[in-house]
Amino acid sequence: MIQVLLFARIQEEVGADRVEADVAGKSIKELKRWMEDRYEVPSLARTMTAVNEEFAGDEEVINEGDTVAFIPPVSGG
Amino acid sequence: MQSNLFNLTWEPIDVQQVIDKVVDRNCGAIATFLGTVREMTAGKKTLQLEYQAYEPMAVKTLAQIGEEVQRKWPGANVAITHRLGTLGISDVAVVVAVSSPHRKPAYEANAYIMERIKEMVPIWKKEFWEDGTQWIGDQRETTSHEEEGNR
Repeated sequence: MIQVLLFARIQEEVGADRVEADVAGKSIKELKRWMEDRYEVPSLARTMTAVNEEFAGDEEVINEGDTVAFIPPVSGG
Repeated sequence: MQSNLFNLTWEPIDVQQVIDKVVDRNCGAIATFLGTVREMTAGKKTLQLEYQAYEPMAVKTLAQIGEEVQRKWPGANVAITHRLGTLGISDVAVVVAVSSPHRKPAYEANAYIMERIKEMVPIWKKEFWEDGTQWIGDQRETTSHEEEGNR
């Protein structure tokens, strides 16, 4: 199972701070589609993503046990 | 580098404590930046803010920015503390302290750090206005996620 962490507005739209996804072996791009199919979220096409706390591109493949996080545009500082 | 140079806290930030972390006998300058909560933005009145972070990644990313600074300005020391949770007007949200042998690199590195924080550190701000709330969606602090989607 893959842990998918959600923050800020995406967290409020989904109504949870994390979801589990059975997407091992699939790409980030496929995970984005999986999320869009299941939850009322706007397009994630341009949302940044991290795998195991490192920024990752859409083509990166997710492995069993990975933690993926969607990183909406940041606004710290 | 000391591991506690880069941290997140749910309590009010002790500014002096952040400054003390960069004190160095070979540095003649310390530049300190405080980011504080502003009440009026483009005519809208903020009541309070809430900051949220992907905490382990945010700390790691702050440390990466510290490493970038040391590559660009050798001899500089960096400490950054960002607050999370609910903040009121004029509360300190972030403290960036940079020491360096001479003053110019301290100013420059400090400004560089704030730009990088606004670009890449996974911390988010939710505005609570008189007439509603909104997660703020970009580093210019003017566009919400919703407005971005509608562009």
